[in-house]
Order: sequence, then structure tokens, then C-alpha cells
Amino acid sequence: MSAPLDIGFDYTRSLGPTLSRFVTGLAQRRILGARGTDGRVHVPPPEYDPVTAEPLTDLVEVARTGTVTTWCWQPEPLAGQPLEHPFAWAFVLLDGADTPMLHAVDAGDVHTGMRVRVRWAETAGNGIRDIECFVPETSEAPQTSEAPQTSEAPQTSDAAEASEVEPQPVDDISMITTPVRLHYMHSASPEESLYLRGLEQGKLLGQRCPACEKVYIPPRGACPTDGVPTEDEIELPDRGIVTTFCIVNVPFLGQRIKPPYVAAYILLDGADIAFLHLVLGCAADEVRMGMRVEAVWKPRDQWGTTLENIDHFQPTGEPDAPYDSYAGHL
Amino acid sequence: MSTDVSIVSFAQAPNVRETHGTTNGVEMLVPIMKEALDNTGLSKKDIGFWCSGSSDYLAGRAFSFIAAVDAIGAFPPIHESHVEADAAWALYEAWVKIRTGEVDTALVYGFGKSSAGQLRRVLALQLDPYTVGPLWPDSISVAGLQARLGLDAGLWTERDMANVAVRSRAANPKAQIYEQVTADELLERPYTADPLRKHDCAPVTDGAAVVILSTAERARDLCERPTRVASIQHRVESAHLGARDLTTSPSTVAAAKAANTDGVTLAELHAPFTHQEILLRQALGLGDEVTINPSGGPLAGNPMFAAGLARIGEAATRIRPGERALAHATAGPALQQNLVCVLEAE
Repeated sequence: MSAPLDIGFDYTRSLGPTLSRFVTGLAQRRILGARGTDGRVHVPPPEYDPVTAEPLTDLVEVARTGTVTTWCWQPEPLAGQPLEHPFAWAFVLLDGADTPMLHAVDAGDVHTGMRVRVRWAETAGNGIRDIECFVPETSEAPQTSEAPQTSEAPQTSDAAEASEVEPQPVDDISMITTPVRLHYMHSASPEESLYLRGLEQGKLLGQRCPACEKVYIPPRGACPTDGVPTEDEIELPDRGIVTTFCIVNVPFLGQRIKPPYVAAYILLDGADIAFLHLVLGCAADEVRMGMRVEAVWKPRDQWGTTLENIDHFQPTGEPDAPYDSYAGHL
Repeated sequence: MSTDVSIVSFAQAPNVRETHGTTNGVEMLVPIMKEALDNTGLSKKDIGFWCSGSSDYLAGRAFSFIAAVDAIGAFPPIHESHVEADAAWALYEAWVKIRTGEVDTALVYGFGKSSAGQLRRVLALQLDPYTVGPLWPDSISVAGLQARLGLDAGLWTERDMANVAVRSRAANPKAQIYEQVTADELLERPYTADPLRKHDCAPVTDGAAVVILSTAERARDLCERPTRVASIQHRVESAHLGARDLTTSPSTVAAAKAANTDGVTLAELHAPFTHQEILLRQALGLGDEVTINPSGGPLAGNPMFAAGLARIGEAATRIRPGERALAHATAGPALQQNLVCVLEAE
């Protein structure tokens, strides 16, 4: 079985002193570079010298215009890239910098040596994405939201101080959010597929390892002890015991049940490997090791190829299993 | 640190565009681990150290390498390590482990199912996560910037690049990419990402590779023709793309100098782009007398996290007694990190 798998996370990144000044500068529509130990100005400012690894703290403002030093055409932009229509990736050597920066150029006739200038994004405070892209220097008129600029690009920090920048004061930015979204076609193993199709029918299917004879649910492409695929399909009952558990008291992003609640390892009768599920139907502090539990299934019309078909496990009220009966499964 | 180390076995899975196996790709490993062990007569319990290279970003899940440890059957517990890098770096770790005298055998493996995600986009995660990664520059585009720098500087031409592809594509009938084609024909094909055409870029490949190392002393009992690791070195360059000289490879040059590559007659170069092979040959000073990538190299099949290790395995199995070979592995954008291994056939 296979299915699309989309994963994502909004990474919040603390910036540190050097990148904080760079990102704050971008929000003010200024571009800062760092003077390296050899005197070269690098943009974006590296926190440490690319050659000597010395911390770099001498930040200088460079121009919003520059020259393309190399480029590569992007005919079909990928998700997350600066522009959704064809564009060129380029190294842009900003006036006042000694090494180029990587960004997008929105032009159909990009060439090495082309003069370009920044097109600012509409929103600020997103780090390098505050620069939407570069455009040919002579193309469109500067956006109205753009800061008043001196006609001559500042070349040094002294010049930067002398020029009238900072359209609006911006508080120091010490954190940015950088979303990561990835898309996969996830493929389950034949053993996992058997298990998932079983769930769709309301069955809990395990398999026995031919070497150690342990019963795994889900079945495995490789028994972690013996390294061989499990065989011999075994249908397991939807009841068993709690081997170990934890009471969740801490709220977290995406939590679907109000704490406190119990996440427990459930060992089905006849299985040798427990799996994680919820234990509800009693107070959290009543859950204990060895407690007998049974599955509470969702309505059949909500079933899919997932263990979420079982909403949770609940106590059966039967006597607890003696410790010795599950000591080998902890 | 005086123990010599030898390569006693190499096996690799078929390089294919897409397997039907699981996302972590571990099924590709099981048969070749057996093959590599069977070549030597060793069993799993005879291996002193296990080291792997793979990436969670290919598998789309955390700790994906654990599935591979399951496939070993790691009970009783084994002595194991992992690098989130090409397995050539896992081989380096295993080489150190044997050199220290702690173990006398090691099994190194790399694997990945590149086809599960969009590889060129996943590789954007190698870039500076603050100032470059948020733009999602993909690996082909970054390589294209490097290729044009060399084109503009006159270090290579599009025809030179096509000629690399002509040789790679015709080198190995068993490779993922095999075709008899001329440079003229290739140059008529459209750009994928100007200045790169499809033939300039390594294919997307699912695959895996295994190398077994032992002390040189034990190697003679394990293998008819062991290959000695004469030296192995790796160096890295700045993560700041713009500050690097992308028209050469200072880290490769430094690694090769430290490894002493004099007299090599064969080189397996881990160059996923045609211009990078030219660049590496220029940086390493490899002349026409050196046979380059007789396996076809990454341009004929590029299993991520295994292709660098496979360069070492391919070179080891191809050199003749008395010869010296160079195996190279790379990681990161535009040849950021490079490993050079010199091999001698006994």
C-alpha cells in the first residue's frame, strides 16, 4: 500500500546577534553584509568568517542594486520558491559587497552581467523572504511602499548612517519562522499492508517470527531480534492488558484530548509486542500496570486503514493480570 | 593508529528509478548484506562494527535508520553507528575504528529511496536554514549556477559537459542509465534548467551499497584479492555559498594532497553533474591516462547516501594488482564537502 504523506513544521529560529541585525535591516528595507577578516564584505552576513571562522560583527550596509554573476533558469518553480512563474536563480553581487548572494531574478532575459535591483515583499519581518526577488534595474518604478533612497548607493557603514534610510523604525527582530513542507509517497511493507487492510475490516492481524516465535502486531518486514520477515498470520482479539503507561498532563500543539489522560502500551492477548494507544473510560489515576482493557471501536462507517478505527481502550473490570505474566514484555 | 585496513567485500542493489519497497528503502539492503557477508564467509556475529549512512529527509520520518538496524537482526546488541551523510563517511568512521585496534572487521552500508519525495527539493534542506533554505533553491538550480560560472570563465563548454555524459551513459550496460549516444545528439536535447540539460544531471535513483572492511592481516583470509585503503581524507568548505570559489574545489584539493593521490590510474568520482566531473578532474590534476568512472559513475545511477560508498567499492573491485585507484565522495551543495580515498590492490 502507498499513499501521499505530507509533513510540515514551522521552525522558529532564534537569530543571534549577527543575523538579528541582518533580518531587522531587511524589515527596514536595508541590506547588511559583514566585513570578513580579509576585508571582503559578504551578504548575507555570515556569523563566522567563511575562511578563518572568526566571529564577524562588523556589519556594513550595501546597496539594493547589483550585478548578476551567474544564473540558472527555473522553468517550473517548485513549492516554496520565491516566484510561481518561470524565473532565474542568480548570484547577485550587490554594489558594495565583495561576494554574491543567492536569490531569484524575475526577468525573461537574464544574463551574466545584468544589472538588477531588489523588489521588496509586501510584508516584512520574514528574513530573506523580505526580498521577494530581484528585477532588472531599469524595469518597473520603485514601489510606493519603498523607503526614500539616496540616489547613490551607500558603500560603507559611514555612508549608511549618513543616508536617509529606515522608512519606519522596526523593533529588533530576534526570531523568524521558516516553514518546511515536504511531500512524499509513503509505501508500507507487505506485512504492514496486510495489517492496515485488516484494520479496515475491523481485524487485528499480527504475524509470528519464524525464528523467535514472537507474535508481532503490526507484523514486520524484519524481526528486530532475528532480522527475518514475520510469517504465519494470526488474528488477535481486541482485548489485552496495560503493560506500562504515562499520564499526560502537559498541553501541546495539536492535542486532541484535554489533559490529564493516559497513553498506554497495550499488549493484546496472544501478542508479544505492545503498541501505544489511549486508555479512557476511567480516571487517569486509576490506570495501572496489568489492568485488563478492551477496544472501543469507532462507528464502522468511519473505519479506514488505520489503528485510529479504535477510538481508545477502556477497562473491562476483570481482575488484573499478575506481574509475572507480562514482566517479559516490558 | 598503525593497523592497515582493507576492503574485502562490496555489494550493491540494482540502481533503479523507483522501487516498490517501503519509504525507508530497507528491503534493498537485506539481500546485499547477505551477498557481502557470503563473499567473505563471515556471519553477522563476526562483524565487530556496523556503520550506516542514510537520511531521514529521504524517508520523511525521524530515526529511519533504525529500520535498517532491525534488518540486521541486532540481537544480541551490536556495536553500531550512523551518519546522516553519504556512507563514504560511515566508511571513514569504520576505518578509524579498525585503525584504533578496537575491532578487526566492520560492515558499512548506505541506502535511500530518493523517489519517495521530490529529491531536488528535499536537498534544499542542506542549505543555510536562515538565509538560503527559506528560498528553497533546489539542488539542480544550485548546480546550474556553478556550471555557468565555469562556462563563463571558459573552464568547460556545454560540449565538454555532454562528452562526460556520452562516456558515462555508455560505460555500464547494467547501470540505470545506459545509452550509446553522441554529444551532438545530447546537445540537441532541451535544457532542464539552462545551462543544464537532463544528461548533465544524475538521475533520481533508489539504491543501496555495502562494503566490508577488515584489518589487512585478516583480509587475506576473507578475500582472494583484498584492496588496501592506502589513505582516506575529507575536508569541508564554508556553508556560505557566495564566499566559495565554485569554479574549483579547494576541499577536494586539500583532501587529495593529504591523501597523496600520486600514481593513480583509475578514479571513481562522485560527481552528480557533468561539469562537476570536469571540475574535479581539473582540481585533482587527473590527466587522460587516468580511467574515469568505469562504472558509469553517478551520472548513470546516483543512489543517495550510497553513491559515494559505491565509488569506493567500485574502485576497489576494478583495480588490478599493483595499481592505485582514487575514490571520491561528495556531500552538500555544489561539492561542499569532499572525501578522497586512495586504494591499492594487493
